[in-house]
Amino acid sequence: MEEHVFVISSAPHVESTDSIPQIMYTVVLALIPAMAASVIFFGVRALVLLVTCVASCVLTEYVFQRVRQKPVTLSDWSAVITGILLALVLPPGLSLFSAALGSIVAIAIGKQVFGGLGYNIFNPALVGRAFLQATFPVDMTTWVAPFSYAAGPDAVSAATPLGLMKMEGQTTAVIKLFIGNVGGSLGEASALAVLIGGGYLLYKKYIEWRTPAAYLGTVFVLGTLFWLIDGSKYPNPFFHLTAGGLMLGAFFMATDMVTSPVTPVGCWVFGIGAGLLVIVIRLFGGVPEGVMFSILLMNAVTPLINRYTKPKVFGERMRAKS
Amino acid sequence: MELKTFKQGIHPHYYKELTSDKAPINMPLPKEIVIPLQQHIGAPCKPLVSVRDEVRLGQKIGESQSFVSSPVHASVSGTVKKIEARPHPGGAKVNAIVISPSDGDQALPPPGPQKDATDLSPDEIKRAVKNAGMVGLGGAGFPTHIKLSPPKDKHIDTIVINGAECEPYLTSDHHMMLEAPEDIIYGTKLIMRATNAQQAFIGIEANKPRAIETLSRLVSQGDRITVIALDVKYPQGAEKMLIKAAVDREVPAGGLPMDVGVGVNNVTGTVVIARAVRDGLPVIERIVTVTGKGIKNPQNVRVRVGTPIRDIIEFCGGLTPDARKVIMGGPMMGIAQSTLDVPTIKASGGLLILTESEINDMQPHACIRCGKCVHACPMGLIPSKLGAFIERDMFDKIEAYNVNDCMECGCCVYVCPAKRPMVQWIKVGKAVLRARNARKN
Repeated sequence: MEEHVFVISSAPHVESTDSIPQIMYTVVLALIPAMAASVIFFGVRALVLLVTCVASCVLTEYVFQRVRQKPVTLSDWSAVITGILLALVLPPGLSLFSAALGSIVAIAIGKQVFGGLGYNIFNPALVGRAFLQATFPVDMTTWVAPFSYAAGPDAVSAATPLGLMKMEGQTTAVIKLFIGNVGGSLGEASALAVLIGGGYLLYKKYIEWRTPAAYLGTVFVLGTLFWLIDGSKYPNPFFHLTAGGLMLGAFFMATDMVTSPVTPVGCWVFGIGAGLLVIVIRLFGGVPEGVMFSILLMNAVTPLINRYTKPKVFGERMRAKS
Repeated sequence: MELKTFKQGIHPHYYKELTSDKAPINMPLPKEIVIPLQQHIGAPCKPLVSVRDEVRLGQKIGESQSFVSSPVHASVSGTVKKIEARPHPGGAKVNAIVISPSDGDQALPPPGPQKDATDLSPDEIKRAVKNAGMVGLGGAGFPTHIKLSPPKDKHIDTIVINGAECEPYLTSDHHMMLEAPEDIIYGTKLIMRATNAQQAFIGIEANKPRAIETLSRLVSQGDRITVIALDVKYPQGAEKMLIKAAVDREVPAGGLPMDVGVGVNNVTGTVVIARAVRDGLPVIERIVTVTGKGIKNPQNVRVRVGTPIRDIIEFCGGLTPDARKVIMGGPMMGIAQSTLDVPTIKASGGLLILTESEINDMQPHACIRCGKCVHACPMGLIPSKLGAFIERDMFDKIEAYNVNDCMECGCCVYVCPAKRPMVQWIKVGKAVLRARNARKN
């Protein structure tokens, strides 16, 4: 038996099969319905945008890490997720140059300058989108109607449901919002498709249920409140839930592990805070949609939330004096 | 029936089926027996014998005058060959008495007449327990007679007997419950008598239905002993979690079970108490689960305390070619061994051998703050944060994050997708704090 050399390490000596690449890969799988819906409604154009963003994100991560002589971590799939999420929050008609630029910013400024996966404060895809919204305000708010690319090269422009509501006080039927087929960014096309993927992640326990529950719940409750106050001025709560990027934000962005709280109470605080911001921006802000800003702002206070929502230690109540 | 349990924790793979049907078999005596002079928390023993002395089975061969200590005994009759530092399962080298067993009869004496627990005085029981060298058999080896002697202002009203055996792979306690259920009941009554406790619970995880049934059948109404089925969840057998599940009392952070009027003893330890009081027998042998993919014939073996693990492994068919890690204890809290020269000690209930493919050699990734460890930690800590602080030598921060409440159960590391060795870091952090406090005083 002398030929054996034994490995020494601290307990525990076994671990679960969960790993970062597996979690990230599962998130990519969960995004397939939303990607499929965007291609159905916005045609090849959506596919091209998705490919552009993913490729630019992956390339940026590779170049950045090579230049800094750090290990290349593309195999953890996180750059792919950022690419997909960024594409899903862009208007279908955005130029590919802008999309690529947004991707570079998302990975370089949103993630790698902080030290890479695990160290970033803000959701990288939303950093990319915020950059594009500031840089190309017109392109970022020019929307096309679904199926218009199939009809010909000149896309029919259309307003988003939230835009219609804000500018003209006109609401879109909730069922249409839920199933899909409305103007908006790629991922806003169908709430149902996003929900399927989100449900899968909940089932796999890769996202914390409290965050979307608190986020959607807050939007619903506040939406109901305002609708009851003045139904002619404010849209009904189901409209709030299904319109815009709320579903995508609630299941795929607010739940981003790195940039959201780790404590159970913290997840409630994060979700409620984000929900509050969405309603305030949608009903009283200068822009139609508030999901992006709500999540970015809550990202910023996440370290603070973690600090003030420490779980109760077992036996804390009667801590023995030592 | 609803199973009792605690909050959080994990559901690891248990692999108990490797040995759960293997009734313990006696292992022949090895060529030498190594009795470390420290097998417990507290002061080490001084040898009471010298080289070339003859010792007989059960003879006390090491003792300390300090209260927090526990004597050691010869687990065989034979000749003292050496007294020297030998590798100890805890990692360091510890002075040990090496005995060469004689050829004569080495069988344990048959059980003597059993006195009713109420016919014995609490002090008689405690003395017998101390003389028998009883220590907590869960791993740490805390001397049992101290647990039975609370200070005057503390009163133990409830005894909880730990039959959870929540560590994956291990089945030695399970087999003890099947093999000696009468002794467990008798031992429980003795502990109740010694502490003047009014009631007792025997907590067993629901994956051991035969043990639950056997023990339930043996308790009678007047005993004030209840057998309870516990949810199969790790670390159900951790003292604080067990007490929470069994009697819904929360041991204060930094406190002991006696702070909430509870005394805890493991099932195998309870058998030892029964035999110590009835037969005057010290801890001479115990069941060891020898298991894992790295051993040819996984099985439960009954071995004398001080048997080198090399002999146990040989008896179980030897290691497989791909065996890479030898663990004394279970996979969650056991200690990896560097050499097969270490002997079993009183608290050794398992010998787990893992193979190449089961060993995690991944480099730890940065924490992705998934929060899985926060949801797993049965103590309500934030292991990710503690790990991050200690990784960066920020030891000033960790006390506020309650590092000393960590019991190192390993749930956080088990669930961590970034494969971060938080328990290892926390051990370092606690050691640094201890050193700092020592310097201050």
